Amino acid sequence: MKINIRVNGKMISDDVACDMLLLDFLRYHGFYSVKRGCETSNCGLCTVWLDNKPILSCSMLCAKCDGHEITTLEGLKKDAEAFAYFMANEGAEQCGFCSPGLIMNVLAMEKELQHPTEEMIKNYLAGNLCRCTGYMGQLRAITKYLNRHQGGKNEADQ
Amino acid sequence: MLRIQQYQKVKSLAEAYELLQKNKNNQIIAGMLWLKMEDRTIPVGIDLSDLDLDKIIEDEKSFVIGANVTLRQLEVHQKLNLWTHDVMKDAIKDIVGVQFRNLATIGGSVFSRFGFSDILCALMCLKCEIVLYHGGKMDIVDFVNSDFQRDIITHIIIYKDHDKRCFICHRNSATDISALNLSVWQRGDEYLITVGARPQKAKQYSITGNNNEEIANKLKAQVECSGNMRASKEYREALSYGLCLKALNKIGEQ
Amino acid sequence: MKQINKPTVKKDAYALLSGQPVFTEDLALKDCLVIKILRSPHAYAKILNIDTTIAMRIPGVEAIFTYKDVPSSRFTLAGQTYPEPSPYDRKILDQIVRYVGDEVALVVACNEETALKAMKLIKVEYEVYEPLLDFRKAIDNKIIVHNEDDYKLLCEIGNERLRNICSHDVTIYNDVDEIMRTCDIVLTRTYHTKANAQAMMETMRSFAYIDTYGRLSCVSSTQVPFHIRRILSNALEIPKSKIRVIKPRIGGGFGAKQTGCCEIFAAFVTWKLKKPSKIIYSREETFTASNSRHEMQMQVTIGASKDGIIQAIDLYTLSNTGAYGEHGSTTVGLSGHKSLPLYNHIKAARFSCDVVYTNTMTAGAYRGYGATQGQFAVESIVNELADELGIDPCELRFKNMVKENETMPMYYNEFLNSCALDRCLAKAMEMIDYKNKPLRVDLGDKVRGLGVAISMQGSGIANVDIAAVEIKLQDDGFYTLAIGATDMGTGCDTVLAQMAAECLECDVDQIVTQGVDTDFSPYDTGSYASATTYVTGMSVVKACNLLKHQIIDEASVLLNVEPEHISFDGKMIIAIEDDKAISLQEFANRCFAGGKGKVLIASASHVSPTSPPPFMAGIAEVDVDKLTGKISVNDYVAVVDCGTVINTNLARIQTEGGIAQGIGMALFEDISYTPKGMMRNNSFMQYKIPTRLDVGSIRVAFESSYEDNGPFGAKSIGEVVINTPSPAIASAVAHATGTYIRTLPITPQKVLLQKDED
Repeated sequence: MKINIRVNGKMISDDVACDMLLLDFLRYHGFYSVKRGCETSNCGLCTVWLDNKPILSCSMLCAKCDGHEITTLEGLKKDAEAFAYFMANEGAEQCGFCSPGLIMNVLAMEKELQHPTEEMIKNYLAGNLCRCTGYMGQLRAITKYLNRHQGGKNEADQ
Repeated sequence: MLRIQQYQKVKSLAEAYELLQKNKNNQIIAGMLWLKMEDRTIPVGIDLSDLDLDKIIEDEKSFVIGANVTLRQLEVHQKLNLWTHDVMKDAIKDIVGVQFRNLATIGGSVFSRFGFSDILCALMCLKCEIVLYHGGKMDIVDFVNSDFQRDIITHIIIYKDHDKRCFICHRNSATDISALNLSVWQRGDEYLITVGARPQKAKQYSITGNNNEEIANKLKAQVECSGNMRASKEYREALSYGLCLKALNKIGEQ
Repeated sequence: MKQINKPTVKKDAYALLSGQPVFTEDLALKDCLVIKILRSPHAYAKILNIDTTIAMRIPGVEAIFTYKDVPSSRFTLAGQTYPEPSPYDRKILDQIVRYVGDEVALVVACNEETALKAMKLIKVEYEVYEPLLDFRKAIDNKIIVHNEDDYKLLCEIGNERLRNICSHDVTIYNDVDEIMRTCDIVLTRTYHTKANAQAMMETMRSFAYIDTYGRLSCVSSTQVPFHIRRILSNALEIPKSKIRVIKPRIGGGFGAKQTGCCEIFAAFVTWKLKKPSKIIYSREETFTASNSRHEMQMQVTIGASKDGIIQAIDLYTLSNTGAYGEHGSTTVGLSGHKSLPLYNHIKAARFSCDVVYTNTMTAGAYRGYGATQGQFAVESIVNELADELGIDPCELRFKNMVKENETMPMYYNEFLNSCALDRCLAKAMEMIDYKNKPLRVDLGDKVRGLGVAISMQGSGIANVDIAAVEIKLQDDGFYTLAIGATDMGTGCDTVLAQMAAECLECDVDQIVTQGVDTDFSPYDTGSYASATTYVTGMSVVKACNLLKHQIIDEASVLLNVEPEHISFDGKMIIAIEDDKAISLQEFANRCFAGGKGKVLIASASHVSPTSPPPFMAGIAEVDVDKLTGKISVNDYVAVVDCGTVINTNLARIQTEGGIAQGIGMALFEDISYTPKGMMRNNSFMQYKIPTRLDVGSIRVAFESSYEDNGPFGAKSIGEVVINTPSPAIASAVAHATGTYIRTLPITPQKVLLQKDED
């Protein structure tokens, strides 16, 4: 079937199988940041935004996305870089395989939650599994990132 | 592997219903989170996205929830949760993750009637009706106990009242499937206690008693559980007591 | 030191964090053939007939391979130094299938969909045997898992395969029975640790192609590229010279990728068809058909005087290696040799072990490698001893723990150069305010408990692990560092560059670390056994020092001065007496300019005669819900002695990550099977690893000793960090509830019903 999906602001028109998953469609079109980590919608590695909301691209048909807007990490260069700075400075990316999905969800959280507490952060990101870090370094990076404009200086700009 | 041969974004419920009757393998595609793990071929996948079923509409007496409303929408709906003592939020917040809950729909969750469903268990402590396109309105308890229909859930109606209620569950790890879930609806002297993930589907028990301890003990004596990988029969029975007591204590604070 | 003990950002951080295509699947050729595997539905069966005719008719199917098509040699997938102590007990495809998931046929097609379609059309007729599933009944069972005649052993490991014994060993230090008789108190307990999945986020995957020179190239997510080269050579029966293995970024390994997995399939298909092919394991395949931690049952007897001096420990470990023997004989050794030395003052010890075959998935390497299991047993019985004697568990440890400058009879008689374990425990106590906290506090709805454990591991395998590096001075004066050690996300590319930068007095950015390619990288046994920082690190130091000498020697030629006059500070090469100086940049460019110039390359390799143990102390504070038995790790403090910390951020993350994995092992990770031998936990839905809501707060600190044999005083860190959570949490739960759970995981069910499984 013919579909039109706007990915990172660019229209992609394609003829796809009815059961093609968004994840496979995105990887096919070169958005390699999107990873598959499971088949049971549990790991969060494939997180992208559908109309600005974080979803699992492994569980979404691209047929259903026809006419909608998808955002991947490749499309969030500036915001992602700002957060990446804090992740890198904690060494919290480790193997990096879960990083793109995590970053997509952190940036979605930033838009959705006002001044989230540590508990709120953990709850929002509970669907992003990581086996390397024990999550503590990620939490330090996220907290520092969210507080970056406080205290009058922006570490990222230094 | 799930195969879908044809994909139809329908223009009306009538069209969807017709497609559904045409071939017993045709299927409404909701959040697809469970469906995608199945190994089967669907001749026509029916998408209800264009039917405006993704809204929660509040009126004086009720909340009318479209079948395509996501679990996340329900989780963060302040008025709904205010009216229902956070029952929906409590039943939803531990399900996998935000991304999952942005996909999973209330219609899909209710229609599949999974034994472990936190959603069904929660809805059963509310005055709640399921609206089927062909079958019309049905009380949630009757719906849970009914056989699968070749019908379409269009809406779920939650009625407003001032009763006390609570949902609670036990998970062996944070986002695991519930080892047992339980909801309590205090209706006068009667406690309607629903136990789900037994692991069979949710069942409602009507219990009266003089104190929380007595009620919890009565529930434990009646509840029918069995064992699986997540919990033994004995542990589920013990949990029914423990969760019931916690729920009653919470209701006492409402 | 300018580069050591610094929070240097990982060299690959920004590539990873911006989602660059640097992993195996990202790099595979887009249109290459796809391999899918038909797997056995039976735990033990013989293939009587395979009919692939109908499947072959599906358009797009390129080939279907069965046991009839593969070479006959048996080999092991264990990534170990030759001669491997793991039996050569498997083939690429075998007529006998030994667990549910064992490979039956390779379906090769133009895409995944076609391969799966064809797979359904293959007809297999099995003669189904009764499987052997309970490892406690394996020895001398009438069911024999390996009765083939071409089974091969390269090393003496006490193997008796017809009794299902993969390996057997006994180590004795003095007369345990005699010392036990003199003890005031003797406890005997049985502990049981389960198989756990390493569960790295990137599943198993490889692709292969034939290169310009007709050689087989295999790109794989592996921790052991050089061992993979040998495994492929053994499996395909082709010389190693025809094989090249490339390791791109790895999405986590934790030991899982120390065992070969799908490389043999991609390599076989490509070699046979002379076409590129790829194989990407699903999460389900990774759970059910790769490898896991060895399940172990340990019986421990401990004897002590009534004032708490431990006199003797007797440990027997029974380990389940599953259907094949990968890492069987070696993991079990650590269950004793890395647990008993913690109590080095004992007068006698005995460690005996059996490793048995069963019809369950093969076990392999997983962080901790047997030490984790053994320390659960030994640390648990020490905790039980403390409670029996009414002595505080930390105090009991101070009375008995191993100290610096001791010889360790149960650790291959190695001399302990460096040890800050006492400081680690004291610091951990301070961090959690141990002195002011009772072991049990009733909080109303919940009970709070404290529990402690100590741990050790090794740093590389003494006299076995070998690492070579090569460092080159490049034009403009930067360096390329070629290593054979595999960064699997842990950051060794950066850590080794920090060491090189420290030696060469430059910035880390000036050192370019190269990924592993067996054609171009110097030999390294690989990243396992906590070897990289310690063993490969030493070769980096050696090679850099050699290069420095070369720079000075070459500068003396170019500047025409005596080498003794030259000093090199990383930037400038100066001969003060001769009033001559040249910048490194200019010097490097002159080296490359021909004429008098000389290209400077230094290489070195290193083998360590010892394996200095890192140490750690962990204290868990857990809350147990009185009504549900739910266990929450409220606070976990850990203090590590890994010698000098090279990268402060990465060492911390390693520790936090190891503890989180340990918490998963302690509380809910449990591979189990149906009565027919099907693995129940084949997905992240059924095998729960900790989420960020499950780990509570993990707090980490370091107390460094200085290891003379390590680079800049460093020892290892990768594995020791996973060991303390299970025994510490078990003890905390016991203090809170009065119930000792001796079979992992410590589930709410076991706690609430006060019923251990065994």
